[in-house]
Amino acid sequence: MKKTFIKYLFVASAAFLVSCEVDFEDPITDEGFYTTGEANMSSFVAVGNSLTAGFADGALYITGQENSYPNILAQQFALAGGGEFTQPLVNDNLGGLLLSGNQIAANRFVLSVDANGNPGPAVLAGTPTTDVANGLASPFNNMGVPGAKSYHLIAPGYGDVNGVLTGTANPYFARMATSSSATVIGDATSLNPSFFSLWIGNNDILSYATSGGSGVDQTGNPDPSTYGPNDITDPTAFAGIVSQEVEALAAGTSGGVLLNIPDVTSIPFFTTVPVNSIPLDEATAAQLNATFAQYNDVILPTLVAFSVISAEEAASRVISFTPGLGNAPIIRDVDLTDVSAILQGPPANLPPELADLLGQLRQANENDLLTLTAAGVLGAQIGDDPTAIGGVSVPLENQFVLTANEQARVAAAGAAYNAALQGIAAANDLAFVDARSALAQVANGGVTSNGITITDQFVTGGAFSLDGVHPTPRGYAYTANLIIQAINAKYGATIPLVDIGTFGTVTAANN
Amino acid sequence: MKKLLIFAVFAMTAAVTYAGGYRVSLQGQKSLAMGHTGVAVVNSAELVFFNPAGLVYLENKLNISAGVSGVFSDVKYQNTEFGLSSETDSPVGTPFYLYASYQATDWLAFGLGVYTPYGSSVEYPTDWAGSHLVNNIELAAIYIQPTVSIRIFPELSIGGGPIYVTGSVNFNRNLNRTLADIDGNRSNVEIDASGVNAWGYTIGAMFTPTDNITIGFNYRSEIILDADDGEATFNNVPNSPLTPFADTAISASLPLPAELTVGFSYSFCEKWLFAFDYNRAFWDVYNSLDIDFADPNIPDSFNARNYKNASIYRFGLQYEATDKFTLRAGYYFDESPVQAGFFAPETPRNDSNGYTAGLTFNLSDRFQIDASFLYLRFKEVDASYDFYFENGVAVPFEGTYKSNSFIPGLGVTYRM
Repeated sequence: MKKTFIKYLFVASAAFLVSCEVDFEDPITDEGFYTTGEANMSSFVAVGNSLTAGFADGALYITGQENSYPNILAQQFALAGGGEFTQPLVNDNLGGLLLSGNQIAANRFVLSVDANGNPGPAVLAGTPTTDVANGLASPFNNMGVPGAKSYHLIAPGYGDVNGVLTGTANPYFARMATSSSATVIGDATSLNPSFFSLWIGNNDILSYATSGGSGVDQTGNPDPSTYGPNDITDPTAFAGIVSQEVEALAAGTSGGVLLNIPDVTSIPFFTTVPVNSIPLDEATAAQLNATFAQYNDVILPTLVAFSVISAEEAASRVISFTPGLGNAPIIRDVDLTDVSAILQGPPANLPPELADLLGQLRQANENDLLTLTAAGVLGAQIGDDPTAIGGVSVPLENQFVLTANEQARVAAAGAAYNAALQGIAAANDLAFVDARSALAQVANGGVTSNGITITDQFVTGGAFSLDGVHPTPRGYAYTANLIIQAINAKYGATIPLVDIGTFGTVTAANN
Repeated sequence: MKKLLIFAVFAMTAAVTYAGGYRVSLQGQKSLAMGHTGVAVVNSAELVFFNPAGLVYLENKLNISAGVSGVFSDVKYQNTEFGLSSETDSPVGTPFYLYASYQATDWLAFGLGVYTPYGSSVEYPTDWAGSHLVNNIELAAIYIQPTVSIRIFPELSIGGGPIYVTGSVNFNRNLNRTLADIDGNRSNVEIDASGVNAWGYTIGAMFTPTDNITIGFNYRSEIILDADDGEATFNNVPNSPLTPFADTAISASLPLPAELTVGFSYSFCEKWLFAFDYNRAFWDVYNSLDIDFADPNIPDSFNARNYKNASIYRFGLQYEATDKFTLRAGYYFDESPVQAGFFAPETPRNDSNGYTAGLTFNLSDRFQIDASFLYLRFKEVDASYDFYFENGVAVPFEGTYKSNSFIPGLGVTYRM
């Protein structure tokens, strides 16, 4: 009797404890609290380039991948019933790549303090452990392939590990491709996505821009197989290729989202190094002006007189230094008339070295953009000659300067791509994110959310990682919010945003 | 006596308690069963805590009460804007008490009490949304109180004594919302201080104007725990001169506020007793939780609390059902000391309603078993902590909280 009583007492108190478990009136964890509307997020596949992969600080590393915008999206989708999301995580947080044991991609940048106490980007030391030859041979929900251009996504062999060194294949895709002939789009669609995102086209202009216009503007040439790595993709070819990719991805899905291409000139890679930053004392300035006096006063007028160059070009080529802080570097501008051969002949009869120096020489002006990489050569000694100073006595090479002409080519192609992308989104009834306007806002005064402001300021702005091109986790979170807003609006979903202030920026570490 | 020993050992090994403004009102099973009333109830040695003045009225020469409670508490947090949700996984708190009184003469009694009126044990999932405010906290304070009780007139007695407190605190939070080492492990700091000692006092008075009405007054002083030799341990800090967080000594103060209680009891129909207590807790002493790091490279931590004084209204009923059983029930309304905008998740306390019940079973003339049960219910509340700053900008931590506690307790009373 007593035993039975105790048993009942135990059962009764257990039932009481269970029934009184604390819970909200309206818990967000309840099914239906957040919804995906007409979109079905059970199998979300993201396709794109480095931005989609979560590339940052010049490398692909685990914590960067964890903060890729598709992964951030997938976590928010999961709150509304979204499915599992897989990523081709690399092996470490160094980020470099090996190919059969040989390093083929550098480690990431970290914010490091040098011997003088100055913080700045430095490459993280260590031997990377991600070997491209150890293929994963599997499709992933995140099909972002760093370096991919529009036409690469449908190129068979882009994932062939044997083509990595010769440049016909991409190491990041080779690592995950299901076969040597697989395409990115083919592997992506093999997952039968219920929803997709595509952000492609950045590299179709970006590699031209970051190489200081070292490639060729292929506008008018619709055959990408003839392009070099730094060329600008023909906008007509771009439109056709992306349209084809979107149709392949969209088949059988509940929907998708397209993002357009930001203005490359609003990234820190081009906005950090000022054009007028070389300090000169009075003596050096006078000496330099004396050195270039013959070029300014004799050679240029003579070239105009012989109609080799226009008076306008001559004016743009005049070199002038002033004592003080604000001197622009001399540069080699490949859009100028190359006069080196002429200068070697009569009447100038210049020695080949000097003729080559002056061949396409001018001084940079406020319409030029210097690359972030120019910071390392500007005002620095070049080679062993102590008088060879970058931008002062040695012109900056083409790769360090994106001239106004080159910017115009990038802008024209970018505008054409964006018109195509918007048209494709409309034609396929997809959500569309105007990433270009969003980034312009970040670059022009910044964007504030929940007490946190992000700007395009290098290192300190919070939006861009230490390579000056790719976002930080916080920048990717901002991107994810733009996409969520577009999806919510297009598909009647109620997916919650993320709090961008809870995502990190640059990582401090000393080697 | 063996049971007493078991209680004592159990309690000492796990002297951690439930959070909620970190005052834990569980200082006697008989009183707790009656809504934790007792300033005007002459029942047992629990009076050492509730009102030392009443000890002299106890019928027996020697009175001993001991007990322990099991605090099962659960706090849930959610934020609908960003889809955040978390739930605490706090260890079971075991506040305890041990009281004894001895009647020296008909007008003089001595007493001794050991009890745990303040404490907190809250454990959130590591790196949860509010981890920059707290990952986990464990606060324990043991009060040791020698007591004297003197009857001045037949209707009036006074009592009181010094209080010696020994306390400890262990606290972990992330350094901010994002800082992490190269592998993404969040940087955090653990503050540890133990053996922190301080002194205070308690005084009380009891007035019995008629046979069935008792009026009581009790005041327990404020006690400030000054931890001067605590330690801060930093974990997962990036290897960089930009984050110069090296382990260092800390100093910090935590106030255990003063509490004033007035109340009365009324016995009726022979077997019934009604009791009412009013508590006023002087929480306004808790302005800010400041941690002073000895290392000059580490900025001191200032965490505004700005608590206000708060009242508690307690009601209890006792019924002597049979020779063997006494039944008790009670209710109290506990006003939160936390003001709007200062709701920090380490003490997730808003106004609460406490429902209590319990019984005493007379084993013999000398031994009693006291059992109690408290269900503490907090209303769902939308709250924020607005005084967390990053780079000088306030970053509020907002959300909805819902919590409750189940607190069964068991005790023994011995009389001789």
